[in-house]
Amino acid sequence: MERIRKYIMVGLLLLLPTGALAEEARYAYPLEDSYAATILGAPKNLRSESPGKVPIKTLTLETDRDKPEAFFYDRGLRYTVAFQDHKAPLVFLIAGTGGGSKTGKMLALTGSLYRAGYHVVGLPSPTFPNFIIDASTTHVPGNLPDDAADLYRVMEQIWARTRGQIEVSDFLLAGYSLGGTEAAFVMKLDEEKKAFGFRRAMMINPAISLYNSVARIEGLLDRIPGGPRRIGAFYNRVMEKVTDFYRKGDFVAVDDDFLFAGYNAHLLSPDEGGGIIGVSFRISSAGMIFTSDVMTHGGYIVPRNRELKNGDSLQDYFWTSLHISFLDYFDEYFFPYFRNKRPGLTRDALIEELSLRSIESYLASTDKVGVVTNEDDFILAPGDLDYLRRIFGTRLKVYPRGGHLGNLEYRDNMAFLIDRLGSSAW
Amino acid sequence: MKSNAMKFIAATAFLIALSGCAARSAILPGEEPPMHTVSEFRDDENVSRTSDPWEGLNKGIYKFNYEADRFVLLPLVAGYETVVPGFARTGVSNFFSNLREIRTFYNCVFQAKGKKSMVTLGRFLTNSTIGIGGLFDPATALGMRREVEDFDRTLETWGVGNGPYLVLPILGPNTARSAGGFAVDAGVRWATMSAVDPFGGTGARTAIEEGVTGLETVDLRHRETFRYYDSDYPFEYYMVRYLFTQERELKILR
Repeated sequence: MERIRKYIMVGLLLLLPTGALAEEARYAYPLEDSYAATILGAPKNLRSESPGKVPIKTLTLETDRDKPEAFFYDRGLRYTVAFQDHKAPLVFLIAGTGGGSKTGKMLALTGSLYRAGYHVVGLPSPTFPNFIIDASTTHVPGNLPDDAADLYRVMEQIWARTRGQIEVSDFLLAGYSLGGTEAAFVMKLDEEKKAFGFRRAMMINPAISLYNSVARIEGLLDRIPGGPRRIGAFYNRVMEKVTDFYRKGDFVAVDDDFLFAGYNAHLLSPDEGGGIIGVSFRISSAGMIFTSDVMTHGGYIVPRNRELKNGDSLQDYFWTSLHISFLDYFDEYFFPYFRNKRPGLTRDALIEELSLRSIESYLASTDKVGVVTNEDDFILAPGDLDYLRRIFGTRLKVYPRGGHLGNLEYRDNMAFLIDRLGSSAW
Repeated sequence: MKSNAMKFIAATAFLIALSGCAARSAILPGEEPPMHTVSEFRDDENVSRTSDPWEGLNKGIYKFNYEADRFVLLPLVAGYETVVPGFARTGVSNFFSNLREIRTFYNCVFQAKGKKSMVTLGRFLTNSTIGIGGLFDPATALGMRREVEDFDRTLETWGVGNGPYLVLPILGPNTARSAGGFAVDAGVRWATMSAVDPFGGTGARTAIEEGVTGLETVDLRHRETFRYYDSDYPFEYYMVRYLFTQERELKILR
């Protein structure tokens, strides 16, 4: 009797204080550096198993909009589907900033969810040029309530043309990065419109405040030599380093092996890693700024009354929009556009609207919305994690590392996501 | 051979002069200047070093290739992938790769690359015999690595510069030099075919040759995953041009 009690005591001692530590120790996603994790993602052998083919198709939602000649190739909103041949729940996926429905992360999520037995519909981000042209009511992306309404309308249109072809038991929603933040706004809208009655939504590495998150990404460019005005020079230096490393090593291709070898050799400093993330964000935002400006005749980087022809060079616009900070875009283009529509709107009020805080009471009271993020996700400002803990409680999962979305394809993360979408408890 | 390339380049230059596609960028009369222009950001170092004086024409051909893909090539490829089973498609790819060993061989010789030329010759002989006319690739299994050389690389070793960026119909991104090199390689192939005349006795030589060329085009498109404008990125043309140049530089390093 005494011995058994001892065992139980020892067992409890072992279990109680170390529960959290044990979980952390078990989490085997390997990249400690948050920038490196964000750039490199999960090594191939640590991603979830992928047996069988996934029948992914790209479909087009035709729009009859008159398009500027510069976008002649755009023939409607492009989304991807992977459908089961039996009754199953359907997941709508929303891509992150600047992403279409076929980015690597979208394809990975689509594949894993399909293999787990779900119907999947992948949607581009409202900041993706194709969405700005075909599905955005204002053509000025970033206003989360507007973007959520556009996404919702697109989902309804897709469902209207799909409903005869597949059997759906219920609806789910997931999005990563900005797409995660948008998913929360879509859920709130669904409570009013009830077209889908989403059973559950998962936000993966969402931004709490769009403005603050973008300011943090833009801030990464302050740490490159010469600052954000010298992104061209910075990019060239990094490419020279990478090319040099490739030349000296015995690599067969620019692939995962090469990239991880570069990581292990500490090829780039953390500041350089952060700079590359900043540049890659600028490449996305350049496409967004240019597309929006052409669609609205905003006169921001293209002369207001110029109709671009296919043969016209866009090189100068490319260079210009790469060098425009999203924060300048916000103050010079985005905020004036919405103040024009809603006189009296202040800058601070707009920033507040583009934040989960503006729908906080909904998020705190619903039991349908969950969050997955990382301790070292640099798009979160100090205090953001505590805020998430307070609002979401047990519906929040925080991994100790992974940067921004670096561990999305890591097998434990993927398994957890699928489990959470399917389960009824948190 | 060199004059062939020169003729091609001259003809291309003539076409470009005719097309008269001037790039518009500065503010035209009656236009309101935008809030930001490129002049604010000229102090940064350029990323793309590709010379592209024929951009207007290149973008026209880029668009043409998109339409050709959409209405002709991709439907053909889709049909080909549906009708022809996978092992047969591999056979077709192997067959044309084997024919291209001839191109690699003589260009290795031009570049005085003795070992590579011997390996390539060995591959060609092995695959043409044991590999049943090139339908199979036993040479790779026997440890003979496939090398790829063309007249573009030969011109490079002879010290000819890249020349401007040039998008060719169907063939896509090139430089003036690689376009010239392609013309030379195509000429050599035509001359070889005329000399060997494998279809001479059939009475339908032209039709068969056209069929073979068509099949090779479909095979090449089938193996290339790039799709024009698939990125939906408004600056895709510049990204493709940059990546094309980057890839060439990396290949040269190898």
